[in-house]
Amino acid sequence: MYSIALKMLIGDRGKYLGIIMGLTFASLLITQQSAIFTGLMTRTYGFITDTSQPDVWVMDPKVQFVDDIKPLQDTELFRVRGVDGVEWAVPLYKGLLKGRLEDGNFQICNVYGLDDATLVGGPPVMVQGSLNDLRRQDAIIVNDVGANTRLARRPKEPGGRPTPLKVGDTVEINDHRAVVVGICQVTRTFQSQPVIYTTYTRATTFAPRERKLLSFILVKAKEGQDPRALRERIAERTGLAAYTAQEFKDLTYNFFMKNTGIPINFGIAVGLGFLIGTAIAGQTFYNFTLENLRYFGTLKAMGATNGILLRMILLQALMVGAIGYGLGVGGASLFGLAMRGTELAFRLTRELLYISAGAIVIIIVFSAVISIYKVMRLEPAIVFKG
Amino acid sequence: MNGEQTAVSCRGVVKSYITGPTKVMALRGLDLEVRMGELLMLVGPSGCGKTTLISVIAGILDHDEGDCVVFQQDLRALGQGGKTRFRGQNVGFVFQAYNLLPTLTASENVAVPLLILGAGRAKAVARAQEMLVKVGLEDKIRSLPAQLSGGQQQRVAIARALVHEPRLIVCDEPTSALDHETGGRVMEVLRHTALSSDRALIIVTHDNRIFNFADRIARMDDGRITLIESQVASS
Repeated sequence: MYSIALKMLIGDRGKYLGIIMGLTFASLLITQQSAIFTGLMTRTYGFITDTSQPDVWVMDPKVQFVDDIKPLQDTELFRVRGVDGVEWAVPLYKGLLKGRLEDGNFQICNVYGLDDATLVGGPPVMVQGSLNDLRRQDAIIVNDVGANTRLARRPKEPGGRPTPLKVGDTVEINDHRAVVVGICQVTRTFQSQPVIYTTYTRATTFAPRERKLLSFILVKAKEGQDPRALRERIAERTGLAAYTAQEFKDLTYNFFMKNTGIPINFGIAVGLGFLIGTAIAGQTFYNFTLENLRYFGTLKAMGATNGILLRMILLQALMVGAIGYGLGVGGASLFGLAMRGTELAFRLTRELLYISAGAIVIIIVFSAVISIYKVMRLEPAIVFKG
Repeated sequence: MNGEQTAVSCRGVVKSYITGPTKVMALRGLDLEVRMGELLMLVGPSGCGKTTLISVIAGILDHDEGDCVVFQQDLRALGQGGKTRFRGQNVGFVFQAYNLLPTLTASENVAVPLLILGAGRAKAVARAQEMLVKVGLEDKIRSLPAQLSGGQQQRVAIARALVHEPRLIVCDEPTSALDHETGGRVMEVLRHTALSSDRALIIVTHDNRIFNFADRIARMDDGRITLIESQVASS
């Protein structure tokens, strides 16, 4: 009877394709929009991901997320170093500074100042040059996307191609000369400005004069020390906020979730995909059942039990669900592959595949239940009505 | 007549439908016996209760009062599941509109009753092909219903009604959608293939052109059998 169920389904090409299209659309939209959302949210804490060495991040207690800079006094660094269990603690500057390009244009850049002695917090991947080159005079390292786009030299002729910023080029940061000594790759962040790494001392020289310039203190726990216990101790002893890297990511993630329109915008797109998918697939599947009601009645009259018919409908629903889900997820994956390396944030995780599968299961169960209800209540006497 | 020769025995069968505020009496204490090995035609005006009667006899509809015993089985004593199994094992159906599943080939359509009874697909299809040969459709085994004429579709439906060797065949207006010549051929196939000493046929019809195929004709009016005529059927 299962082969009959499948033949009934596949034989009605129009409806079969309609149901699969609905489910594919739902699966594609749910997976793709969720993946973009996840990618976007992952970018919010991209800098924390890239800065992998410290166990604990120390900052002003009022800081709400990674880009919310509330500088500390330099003396806070020594207080943190004095806490038991601290292996090392280094300063980190993070700020938006104005860079002046060779052609006179200005570009706001995300400048990170690393501890002069250790250069802890440097970029995860060097494309050209080495991190140690930052020790040279006026040295900066620029990220590849920034060097190729916003910091690139404008074409001399209209319609020409811009010339990427390269090692040896100079830029002015806040009226200070800076020489590019390396090109790096960083995780794209929520801010799209070019990223510039330099030393802490040089960054604070670039930055406008302020009483406080220390953005974060990066702390490594001594071997055997629990980072959670250490961050509690630091907070208790200094009155500053201290988070493990994961906690700081969560803080940032939650801030964007609560205080931006991102979740609701993507939620609407995902919800719309779910609703439209349910409407198209549910309606078409129900119509398919209605049109086949005479045949279900015939099967019932010929001795097919409700159990057999139930399993037939479930099999039909399962088949279109599996195909629709596969096509949708496949389409979303191809989309992600095509967009790899572009500005588009796209991160397709295993959890998202489960969520998408769950949504499709809900849609097909809904579609099947209304059809099953109709067939279960069907009087086989319908077959004698001409 | 002893019990073994009686296929169907209806005594005082009452069936009513509730339509809105109105109660419609479809069968009003109907009595009828159908013998093994006979072809009985139920005839009468529209709305006289013919279809209701065969629905009750086939175990598709529950009657309100009276007894309806089919092959010594009181249908009211069976639950819904029991009736469904009873139909699957003992009753073959031929419908006015054929009711062939449009996406299945002729042999797959014929195999359906066997598949419902749990037969393996290969065995069921092989048996279905044998039946199609019997009804003269050996060259249409892989045809879809849409590729067959009305007469051919009805012959597929007859093969489907017979494939699981039921003891009762119930036909609802089997020739009403066919022209006279085709209807006659279908009746010949039905009579020659379906009728045997261990099986009974009940045919509901308006088509007086096929009355000569019946062993007995039961005339119905207003929910009752008004007259039963015996005749020598043409074979």
